[in-house]
Amino acid sequence: MAGKKSLTFQELLFTLQRFWAEHGCVLQQPYDLEVGAGTMSPDTFLRVLGPKPINIAYAQPSRRPADGRYGENPNRLFRHTQLQVILKPPPERVQELYLESLVAIGIDLRQHDIKFEEDNWEWPVGGAWGVGWQVMLDGQEITQFTYFQQCGGMDLDPISGEITYGLERIAQFLQDLDSIYDIVWSRDPVTGAELTYGDVRLHEEQQFSAYSFDYADIYSLWKHLDLYEEECTKLLAVFWKYADAYRLEVENKTVESLEKDMWKQLRFFPTLGAYELALKCSHTFNLLDARGAISVTERVGVMARIRNLIVGVAKIYAEQGRLTAAA
Amino acid sequence: MPDFLLEIGLEEVPARMLPAAQAELLKRTLALLEREHLLADGSTATSYSTPRRLAVLVRDVREQQEDITEETTGPALKIAFKDGQPTPAAEAFARKAGVSVEALKTISTPKGDYLAATSVKKGRTASEVIAAELPKEIAAIYWAKSMYWRPGKPERFVRPVLWIACLLGDEVVPLTFAGKIASRVTYGHRVLSSGDPFEITSPSTYLTQLQAEYVLADVEARRHKIRKALDRITKATRVVPGLRWREDEALVDTVTHMTEWPAVLLGNFEPAYLALPEEVLVTVMRDHQKYFAVEDAQGKLAPHFLAVLNIALDDVNEPIIKQGNERVLRARFNDARFFWEFDQRTPLAARVKLLENVTFQKDLGSYAKKAERVRALATSLTTIATLRGATLNALAIDEAATLAKTDLTTELVKEFTELQGIIGGLYAASQGLSATVADAIYDQYLPASASDAIPRLPEGAILGLADRIDTIAGMFALGMEPTGSKDPFALRRAANAIVKILAESELPLTLSDVLNAVSPKPDVSAKLQAFFTERIDFYLREGRDQAYDVVKAAMAAGTDDLRDLVARAEAVTAVRGSEDFLAVSAAFKRMKNILDQARAKSEPIPATVDTALLSDAAEQALASTAALIAEDVEALSAKREYSAALTQIASSRPVVDEFFTKVMVMSPDPAIRANRLALLSRTVEDFSRIADFSEIVTAG
Repeated sequence: MAGKKSLTFQELLFTLQRFWAEHGCVLQQPYDLEVGAGTMSPDTFLRVLGPKPINIAYAQPSRRPADGRYGENPNRLFRHTQLQVILKPPPERVQELYLESLVAIGIDLRQHDIKFEEDNWEWPVGGAWGVGWQVMLDGQEITQFTYFQQCGGMDLDPISGEITYGLERIAQFLQDLDSIYDIVWSRDPVTGAELTYGDVRLHEEQQFSAYSFDYADIYSLWKHLDLYEEECTKLLAVFWKYADAYRLEVENKTVESLEKDMWKQLRFFPTLGAYELALKCSHTFNLLDARGAISVTERVGVMARIRNLIVGVAKIYAEQGRLTAAA
Repeated sequence: MPDFLLEIGLEEVPARMLPAAQAELLKRTLALLEREHLLADGSTATSYSTPRRLAVLVRDVREQQEDITEETTGPALKIAFKDGQPTPAAEAFARKAGVSVEALKTISTPKGDYLAATSVKKGRTASEVIAAELPKEIAAIYWAKSMYWRPGKPERFVRPVLWIACLLGDEVVPLTFAGKIASRVTYGHRVLSSGDPFEITSPSTYLTQLQAEYVLADVEARRHKIRKALDRITKATRVVPGLRWREDEALVDTVTHMTEWPAVLLGNFEPAYLALPEEVLVTVMRDHQKYFAVEDAQGKLAPHFLAVLNIALDDVNEPIIKQGNERVLRARFNDARFFWEFDQRTPLAARVKLLENVTFQKDLGSYAKKAERVRALATSLTTIATLRGATLNALAIDEAATLAKTDLTTELVKEFTELQGIIGGLYAASQGLSATVADAIYDQYLPASASDAIPRLPEGAILGLADRIDTIAGMFALGMEPTGSKDPFALRRAANAIVKILAESELPLTLSDVLNAVSPKPDVSAKLQAFFTERIDFYLREGRDQAYDVVKAAMAAGTDDLRDLVARAEAVTAVRGSEDFLAVSAAFKRMKNILDQARAKSEPIPATVDTALLSDAAEQALASTAALIAEDVEALSAKREYSAALTQIASSRPVVDEFFTKVMVMSPDPAIRANRLALLSRTVEDFSRIADFSEIVTAG
């Protein structure tokens, strides 16, 4: 596994994206909001709800303020990159398909030890859980493989298969490196000059670690949290008002045009906007946590607040889908 | 007779669930065949499993059930025929019985003549029965966690079912489960075999055919292969002579259930990491990486590890896989070292304040509050034990109780929660606290299970008692006691530990000392008492291997001094084989029955025996012998020589036998009757201080 022959970080991403595109996935761009994991992007969290099948893949930069180490720890990052694949419903022998993707990025399965170890994923704040494995390659966890069972506190049908590749870990593995910062990100096709992960991202790690741990203003963060929460809560209430009105109209078979109006109200209701507000709260919470501003006693309470928002959004998303599809 | 094979192909099943599921599938398959009369005499069965399959092989299964002849009674004759012609009732009965009306016969009963039909229930073929019934058995297997995978959610199982192979002899049994129709096709090792499906020729070739495709389906064969390889590879390293892998039964089990074709690889790490506490290194290796630790001849950790792989090793892949595993371990050790050094910047004493922010339980407050309560409890237990002659370092106990939970605030415990207590003890030692304090903190969660030892020092034992009774009493006061299988706060485990410490440490403390220390309200106190009685019973049976009746007998004579209770129970077990003892036990049962009946009839039973009223020689003998023996028993009991005491009691057999042969207790003379009852009552009381022998089950 000489470094020269292994894929660069960007080639790794290209290859995996191409692989999944060739297997019927829609390629989506990373979600342009702070999330702690690819699962939190609406392309996973909301799309797994309801009956509509989808195969989708996207890279997702994932921010975890408390995991930052000022760029000084060779194995921990404030922001890492996940490649997220959602297969709804999962095809037969989806594990074999996944293993093919490893072959595609240059892993000769006969030269390694691969195990699927039980690891059941759970995100209590999202009312979401699934069963699955962590995929271990020569003792390194490189992928999280989950069969979603519940999301937003609701049972799923069909369920979705979720494959989350840890791109830095895999690149580190392919290039046989002790430090993430030494990963070759790109290689100039003409000169062969290499740019490393550190060249591209070290300053971000340094500055965002400093921001999360030392600079972020606690007072403002609490304020932001309250504001985002307030707006999100209002939106949720409005939705249910619309939904009730719509249901009443359908029941009473009132004038058709009115019904259509209400239908349109529902159809255009900004559930996605409400979800972004909930995500903002989640990220703000993570920043407060990294700042050490949340005591253990407060923690449970704040998490419950955010759970109400995220699960609340999932509920209206599902209801919106049901009501507007029925019309 | 043909052999039967069932193989369920699955996506990787969690290792922890495999053994029970394998056993259950075997049990259910056999029960089905038995119930359906398909199991031949002397047929044998085996089961197999790997992470990707569960299998059952039954030798000699009947191909066909025998026909069953049944006689059914129908309507009364007078209803069945009108004017010699069959009525609709007769026709309906014939139809139901599956015979023609002409084939019906008449039977006479005391209630009159009735129609009857003899029908033959055709035995079904084994293949039919299995195809119809076995899927239900598969579906009923218990899984700690299961999942849906198919749209419409038709079934739940541990992981998606990929294939089913089912053969009776050479023939496929066409059963269907989870949308898969059984065939004779199976798959080999995911990487080492070609990956193509192949056909199983017959049940008897199953194992060898799989082996040819790099799957060792026999669990014991895999376990054996792993152990052998661990031995061989450790010995082959000539770096340091005398190296050995650290025995770890549970880990051997886990890796056995995680591989289909196991191989073992030895890797190394930099000796510099050995400066970290061994507990941390071993936890990283065992719990996080599933590696075996390696130690030298003195039992000291060596800078190597053993990984169990699911691949065949060769000259090309071995160095690659080794390097990968070594790099992962290095990163993990680096993290641990970072935490270890980071945590040391804030000594335990400075962390006491931080505990105010760590919630123990919503209604019971923070860990800082808990620590205060535990200190007070530990102090009072220390005082009692000291008054009874124990030598204890009270200052060390107080310091340990103050610092015991501070490690919950360390990064290392956040990373390795399973090491709480141990980490605290290690930090205490490295921060210069006394060995007594450090060891007490280190051992505070011992015993965590029945097989664990109790804390090494009495100071640690006191801390363990105080911490746990605080938790138990607090939860009981909130009404959060365990119910049925629900015990979310592991209070049973905590109580088991208290029982074990009281029974096995040298501390002169009794259960009531511990319970009184928390001064529970009367209703809580009663609940606690009942709860602990259950745990003591459990400890004697499971932890001390005492028979059910011995436990009852010994507990009837007191459950407060647990060391004494154990000695009494063990003494009863030691003598219960003797004929004299069993005879005396039977006699005791008789005495108690007589006394119970007398009490039921409100017969007066005086407290003392009037020797003047003892008329019969046999009762005089019993009175004098019993008094002598009682004296001996008391003297021996004081020295806890319970076996000798019980032998004394057993020696009363001839006198007791003679008494029951010669003497009628319920004499017509009220005074004599009362005196004889007094004699029995006295004897039972004197002899029941070690155990209530009437509880002993005397066979026959």
